[in-house]
Amino acid sequence: MDFSDINFSLLIASLIVAATPILLAALGELVAEKSGVLNLGVEGMMIFGAISGFIITIETKNPWLGFLCSSIGGILLASIFAVVTQIFRANQVASGLALTLFGLGFSALLGQSYTGLKPVSFPDMHIPILADIPVIGIILFQHDFIVYFSIFAVFLVYYLFRKSHFGLIIKAVGENHDSAHALGYNVILIRFFTILLGGALAGLGGGYLSLVRVPQWTEGMTAGAGWIALALVVFASWQPFRLLIGAYIFGGITLLQLNLQALGLEINVALLSMSPYLVTIGVLVFMSARRNKNSLEAPKSLGKTFFGL
Amino acid sequence: MLKIEPRKNRSNFLEVSAPVIAVILTMIFGGFLFLSMGKNPFEAIKLIFWDPIMSPTFSEYSRPQLVIKAAPLILIALGLSFGFRANIWNIGAEGQYIMGALFSGSIGLALYPLDAWFIFPLMILGGIIGGIFWAMIPAILKIKFNTNEILVSLMLVYVAEQILALASISFLRNPEGLGFPGSRDLSKYPSASNPELIANSGIHVGVICSFIAVVFLTYFLTYHRLGFQIKLIGQAPKAAKFSGVNVNYIVIFCLGLSGGLAGIAGMFELTGPAGLINIDFNVGYGFTAIIVAFLGRLHPIGILFAGLLMSLTYVGGELAQFMLSIPAAAIQVFQGMLLFFLLSTDLLVSYKISFNLGINNSNPKSKSE
Repeated sequence: MDFSDINFSLLIASLIVAATPILLAALGELVAEKSGVLNLGVEGMMIFGAISGFIITIETKNPWLGFLCSSIGGILLASIFAVVTQIFRANQVASGLALTLFGLGFSALLGQSYTGLKPVSFPDMHIPILADIPVIGIILFQHDFIVYFSIFAVFLVYYLFRKSHFGLIIKAVGENHDSAHALGYNVILIRFFTILLGGALAGLGGGYLSLVRVPQWTEGMTAGAGWIALALVVFASWQPFRLLIGAYIFGGITLLQLNLQALGLEINVALLSMSPYLVTIGVLVFMSARRNKNSLEAPKSLGKTFFGL
Repeated sequence: MLKIEPRKNRSNFLEVSAPVIAVILTMIFGGFLFLSMGKNPFEAIKLIFWDPIMSPTFSEYSRPQLVIKAAPLILIALGLSFGFRANIWNIGAEGQYIMGALFSGSIGLALYPLDAWFIFPLMILGGIIGGIFWAMIPAILKIKFNTNEILVSLMLVYVAEQILALASISFLRNPEGLGFPGSRDLSKYPSASNPELIANSGIHVGVICSFIAVVFLTYFLTYHRLGFQIKLIGQAPKAAKFSGVNVNYIVIFCLGLSGGLAGIAGMFELTGPAGLINIDFNVGYGFTAIIVAFLGRLHPIGILFAGLLMSLTYVGGELAQFMLSIPAAAIQVFQGMLLFFLLSTDLLVSYKISFNLGINNSNPKSKSE
């Protein structure tokens, strides 16, 4: 094979596309976890976003509307989780699992008559001048809106937690909800907000999967992407830029795996297909083994239920 | 305002009635779901919950199916419930179930067509070992590196599914199968098969095993020191540590128990109802068992009933699919809803809710778990 410049740039460019769904979902989960909420329903919200966006795009032929609805779909599912965990004070781990099971089932139900259809393609936005720079132009500036948005969102989340007052409040709630409550912050309301934000981003990520990345609808098409997003948050030690790097590394592995499968090398297909999951486990082990030396740890109230009112 | 206070004693009455309330709520909301799909909700609910047991036309087929589908759910949920009590979240039972089937299947297929009494017990052992092996990966990683067992056990489900796919097209494929994927039919290999013990009852060795497991684990949870320690870790982790409970040992035990039981469930399913190893061998029992464990309030006897009820939604769901063409996914939604209602009604059991509409309390009291 000929690894010329153009091929290489295209490879990196498609790596970014492959990573975008997980990046969006993981970013949403990061914000939720910063406020102390462990939402294991990412997979469910993603797949529900995927089908909501897909149906709307097929029906209206407008992918923009589709992406909007995939976000709304994610928010809808997240609001169930928010009500159950924040108002009914249910266990977050169990509720998250329920959300995933529910989302997988509900999306399969809605998507019955949409398998095999092709959505309207979502146009790339070539950024003037910048897109014409030789290698970098292809890698960075010939993507679609959602890719730009996902990178912008990383900066936004970074700004939120590093520079803004509101970010500080979210962190306070996540570190110690009793103290935050005593200071007069509305713990439940803030967590409601972060859960819904997480749902919006997970839904958008799912929509990107069914509208751009694949683009088709198949039952259970997220195939663990939501869970990988959860692992990515741990990998990134709750830092947005590390999340970006992690997602792109992961996108690279997925892509490499698919390319190797397409090349039909002597490597086993099953072995290649399981590699993303094995890599995720490896990364988790590596990160948790390092965790003791690392000052950056999980938010102290992560996964704990707040009972005060 | 709504006020929530922990109860001094968990209400026994509510402990039992909360799942019942959840089931009723699910029926009501499920009814709306069926209505929105243009189906008669009453007919659908009746088909799912009543006809499989009572209808003269369907029950002859449905009743044995009920037992067949309940057995793996009960076995897996029993194992999971112990971990869940101790805050050890094994959600990869589906993977352990597959590995149990693969290990036992490999043994059975390797010895084919030998006719001997020891093959079946050996395969049971293989199933247990396969399940435990797969569950020990998250257990050991958790102990050694404090790795999150939720994510690792789940990732291993996808890995196990790939191994299953690989096995059914390569090393376990039936040499006389004309190149189609799938192994030899073990249910037609007498030394390895797990047949119905009483004709048309659905009862096979696995069903008996699940009942024995219920009795044994009820005893274990109530009277054994380890059962007490598991409950203690879940309710008061600090107290457990100070009183000298070896947390690592509990992690190994809980994951090992759930892995072993999931593995054995996979073995019985493989040698009986499923018959052969194929790409579509696993149908999600490992995930549904999570709902069963919660529905049974993490108690073995509760799980017995919960397993039967959940199996009813499967069998009844098939019936509804056949009669009203309600898609199978609708049943999955139904099961997901049930879990939500269960978790929400749990609040009633452990907390007292009161409305006070008077003057607001000046000092905010907060309690956290």
